[in-house]
Amino acid sequence: MNRIASLTAASPKRVLPGFGLSLGVTLLFISLVLLLPLTSLVGQLSGLSLAEYWAIITEGRVVASYLVTIGAAAVAALFNALFGLLMAWVLVRYEFPGKRLLDALMDLPFALPTAVAGITLATLYSSNGWMGQLLAPLGFEVAYTWVGIALAMGFTSIPFVVRTVQPVLEDMPGEVDEAALTLGASDAMAFRRVILPHLWPALVTGTGLAFVRSLGEFGAVIFIAGNMPYETEITSLMIFVKLQEYDYVGASAIASVVLAVSLLLLLVLNLWQGRFIRRLHGGKG
Amino acid sequence: MSIRLENVAKTFGRNTALEPLVLDIAEGELVGLLGPSGSGKTTLLRIIAGLEQADSGTIRFGDRDVTRMHVRDRRIGFVFQHYALFRHMSVFDNVAFGLTALPRRTRPSSGDIRARVHRLLEMVRLEEFANRYPAQLSGGQQQRVSLARALALKPDVLLLDEPFGALDAKVRQDLRRWLRHLHDELNFTSVFVTHDQEEALELSDRVVVMSNGRIEQIDDPDTLYRQPANRFVFEFLGDVNRLEGTIRNGTLTCGDARLSVDLDDGPHELLLRPHELKLSESASNHAHLPVTVTAVSPVGAEVRVELEADWLAEPWMATVRHADFERLTIKRGQRLFVTPRRWHRFEDSAAHRSRASLIS
Amino acid sequence: MQRIGDSPRVRRVLVGLAIFFSALFLLLPLVAIFAQAFAEGLEMFWANLSDEYTLAAIGLTLFVAALTIPVNLVFGVFLAWLVTRFAFPGRRLLQTLIDIPFAVSPVVAGLVYLLLYGRNGWIGGWLDSHDIQIMFAWPGIVLVTIFVTCPFVARELIPLMQAQGAREEEAAVTLGASGWTVFRRVTLPNIKWALLYGVILTNARAVGEFGAVSVVSGSIRGETNTLPLHVELLYQDYNTVGAFTAAALLALIALFTLAAKAFLEWRATRRENAA
Repeated sequence: MNRIASLTAASPKRVLPGFGLSLGVTLLFISLVLLLPLTSLVGQLSGLSLAEYWAIITEGRVVASYLVTIGAAAVAALFNALFGLLMAWVLVRYEFPGKRLLDALMDLPFALPTAVAGITLATLYSSNGWMGQLLAPLGFEVAYTWVGIALAMGFTSIPFVVRTVQPVLEDMPGEVDEAALTLGASDAMAFRRVILPHLWPALVTGTGLAFVRSLGEFGAVIFIAGNMPYETEITSLMIFVKLQEYDYVGASAIASVVLAVSLLLLLVLNLWQGRFIRRLHGGKG
Repeated sequence: MSIRLENVAKTFGRNTALEPLVLDIAEGELVGLLGPSGSGKTTLLRIIAGLEQADSGTIRFGDRDVTRMHVRDRRIGFVFQHYALFRHMSVFDNVAFGLTALPRRTRPSSGDIRARVHRLLEMVRLEEFANRYPAQLSGGQQQRVSLARALALKPDVLLLDEPFGALDAKVRQDLRRWLRHLHDELNFTSVFVTHDQEEALELSDRVVVMSNGRIEQIDDPDTLYRQPANRFVFEFLGDVNRLEGTIRNGTLTCGDARLSVDLDDGPHELLLRPHELKLSESASNHAHLPVTVTAVSPVGAEVRVELEADWLAEPWMATVRHADFERLTIKRGQRLFVTPRRWHRFEDSAAHRSRASLIS
Repeated sequence: MQRIGDSPRVRRVLVGLAIFFSALFLLLPLVAIFAQAFAEGLEMFWANLSDEYTLAAIGLTLFVAALTIPVNLVFGVFLAWLVTRFAFPGRRLLQTLIDIPFAVSPVVAGLVYLLLYGRNGWIGGWLDSHDIQIMFAWPGIVLVTIFVTCPFVARELIPLMQAQGAREEEAAVTLGASGWTVFRRVTLPNIKWALLYGVILTNARAVGEFGAVSVVSGSIRGETNTLPLHVELLYQDYNTVGAFTAAALLALIALFTLAAKAFLEWRATRRENAA
């Protein structure tokens, strides 16, 4: 409390009340709920030597799970980049019956519990499900393959790209379109050279968020994944399996990798975005 | 390239934006579309550009009928009010955009493009900013980039939508003069939209005054100012003082104010420009208009004096030369007499007849 | 007005594609949930719903949400007030920290709580010796749910309060209002709809959390089984209809959330247009 008091005292010019109280509550909450649990991961790992740690996180089955997870997440993110761009464009630029409903539907994956999404997709795409029956004769197997994993990851992260690109497209003045057209550009050229670069920061951010979310996805994936070691086992499941076997150290080691990668990606995304935005909104360089 | 509009009309839903109108613009002319907001001037400009489709009528550039032609094929240059620069592109890339967007067979080599863009940037005096981004430029600089971009394709027609509207007064002045020079040098046909009468009168060869989707008058600035076709044009082109009263036997009376005028008996309204009012310490034979000075603001070449009187519904504005101002030692609260040098009168009927009279 | 891509052909193709893919990836799963739940008729649906363990799972889930929401509501409001009404070093860092739960895999979230409060954990050991059980019991479920859902209220409030600025509150202070009065009479009326949506989102996520909860719950039927865990259990037991009955309940909550969002957005645009 001393620190809070000194902070309050150091800035006598604050007009609004409640600085000390809200700072105190916030710091207490963040320390207890967010930071303290994360430090326990460090505590758990501090008992390991570097070699032991390295051995756990580079074990064959674990490495295979990284590859499956990253590969499927990349496919899912790429799909979402295209689908999200299409949806954002259609929802902002065109008027058609049912538009509001379609707009509302975009948020379904965030609102629907992941386990529900998981069993639904697994049922739909299993060999006797509605979609599975259609795809099986064509030789496509989705359930219990990495395609199914990508599908589940793609589903749960649909809103990211749509909802980051949509507002940017909405705020884009109509004059930008018109300027490109008066200069003789074709639709395709104007989209590629004028509109896409305009949306680029939002598109990359949305895709990046979708990718990070997919890396950590668990509930939606495990039902459709098949969970075969080396083939359709995702890293989140590896951690879960280790926990079931009471191998807390192993679980922690792998979790630390997942956590580090996610946080690093978010950091890179933030820094990149900051640089891009500085250029568009002034500042030198 | 000349521009010829015939019976061009436009409605937005139930609102009439343009009533059928005819407009001829000669090759090399610089024409201003002047009017208050909602007068249809911007719609007219956008129809010429092809950014809006007219409901009826034909548009010709020279002997080309462009009525149904897409904006990208009309060979126009368009300068937007808020510049509409591509903010993710450098100044160079913005200006080069139109050239690089040409189909491959007509596109100049990249060396030619580079040379042409640099020439354009030189012309708008922005050579050293080629690698900057729009956000790093001032408003005036951005508008010059926008102009260079519009001129890069050597358009038949240059269209400017309130080109200086978003800039501050000093920059506007400079850019205006500079655009006039540029126009005289390159001699393209230009049409620009403005709501600022000073800008329209200063810049244009001819001014098209518009209101409520109609063209009120088309004339060169001098004729427009001296012989306004109707009351709207007269009032829109400058400040107006009103004098309402009853005329009997050649004398208009309004309270204790009197003015000799050569008009029929009955109620009348006369309009007077601020610079047409002479201030003096005594009344003259034919004008007895006593007023009190309520405010004085010495701006620019003239002094603006606000005048009030019992017989006036709203205050008058007079502009006097500094010499007269000093001679009369005008102060707030001072009582003076107005002698109009000239007055104007418009019939209320649609005939738009006007009458102006010189006094003494 | 001429815009890019407004030719009827381009427009028809793009709208068609958008509707087709949305139907395939979003609408079809939604329909499938209810189709499966009612696959054996309404009676079976009711029978599944009134199953003892399903009712217990519903009860626990509501209980967890009821504890989570007020905690995160209070925290979210304090955080939003702090970062939008005061400038201080570390403000950006705070805003970044609050996003951690979005970036952390739910399994990892469950794991770190397990490490902390589990029998071998730093705090868990001490708790265990005092016979207080947090892991594999409802307190553990509540804790991880709070972790997972803590950003939602703040996330809804911060952009709004930033956009609104502090002028109105400052005016209230100059008129002599106390802190609580300022909040209740000036701030709250301005943010109440965003606050409500934050709560609805928190609720949706709290009710539906699976990964983190499955790590710390132990899935004891009738005791530590939340509704999403119950869905999994029934599904693994090959009781598909039962699983989808529980899933349909959760899907209804999701639909309610979407409807609430659509309504609040519609309301906001209507007010904007009126202004």
